[in-house]
Amino acid sequence: MIDMLGLVFISIGLFFDFVGCLGLVRLPDVYNRLQASTKCITLGTCSILFGAFLIHGFVAAGIKALLCILFLVLTSPVSAHALARAAHKSGVKLCEESVVDRYAEDGN
Amino acid sequence: MKSRILLFFLALAVWALLNWTPDWQHMLIGVFVAAFVAFMTGDLFVRRPHLFTHLNRYLWFFYYCPIFIWECIKANIDVAYRVIHPDLPIHPGIVKVRTSLKSDTALTFLANSITLTPGTLSVDVDKENGVLYVHWIEVKDKDIEKATGLVAERFERILKRIFE
Repeated sequence: MIDMLGLVFISIGLFFDFVGCLGLVRLPDVYNRLQASTKCITLGTCSILFGAFLIHGFVAAGIKALLCILFLVLTSPVSAHALARAAHKSGVKLCEESVVDRYAEDGN
Repeated sequence: MKSRILLFFLALAVWALLNWTPDWQHMLIGVFVAAFVAFMTGDLFVRRPHLFTHLNRYLWFFYYCPIFIWECIKANIDVAYRVIHPDLPIHPGIVKVRTSLKSDTALTFLANSITLTPGTLSVDVDKENGVLYVHWIEVKDKDIEKATGLVAERFERILKRIFE
């Protein structure tokens, strides 16, 4: 039963990881791509790790999976923020569909 | 000093979890490693250690976790919908969001929460003016006050109680 639940979590995670990669290809500029990759791949990978934890239980591998979830949730938004800021500072423009850029208006 | 002691126990706990199941040999090495880490970087860990003794901050943190996870799941479904939709329905832009949070930890958590919630990605933090620049995949309002209400308010209320 708990194995089935773990497999369900892993399947959900695989789906979201796939969508994240698809977004990386389909979306127009670096900021939108970061949106897709950060959100989907964080939750997708966390879901896979949680599924692995459910299947293995409280053994070495399961505990490490839980720790990985914690560190992933803490670090992945920080790296996305650093990438987005660096991209803007080095002059990457927003795509044509963009409606507003307050960051450039404020002279950054 | 308090900051160093807190970091020591946290590092020891992480070490114990990494070396599950703990036995005395692992823990002995862990004590040395945690002491070294605490000695080197302890003063960077917390600025105001007395906040760790406030019980209601932990309760607010437990209240924040499910809200955050729910928003995170909503964000994923939202992005998945936009990516799979054939017309790619996006109206992106960078908007300004006002924040009243002051401490570094609270601002970090707010920026991270904004990044992992529907349609938004924090690009930069201007601490002096209390402004966050947020990339929004679907700009609903360019006005700073309304954007604040839509993007940051639901977390700010809780984070203020946890970290300020």
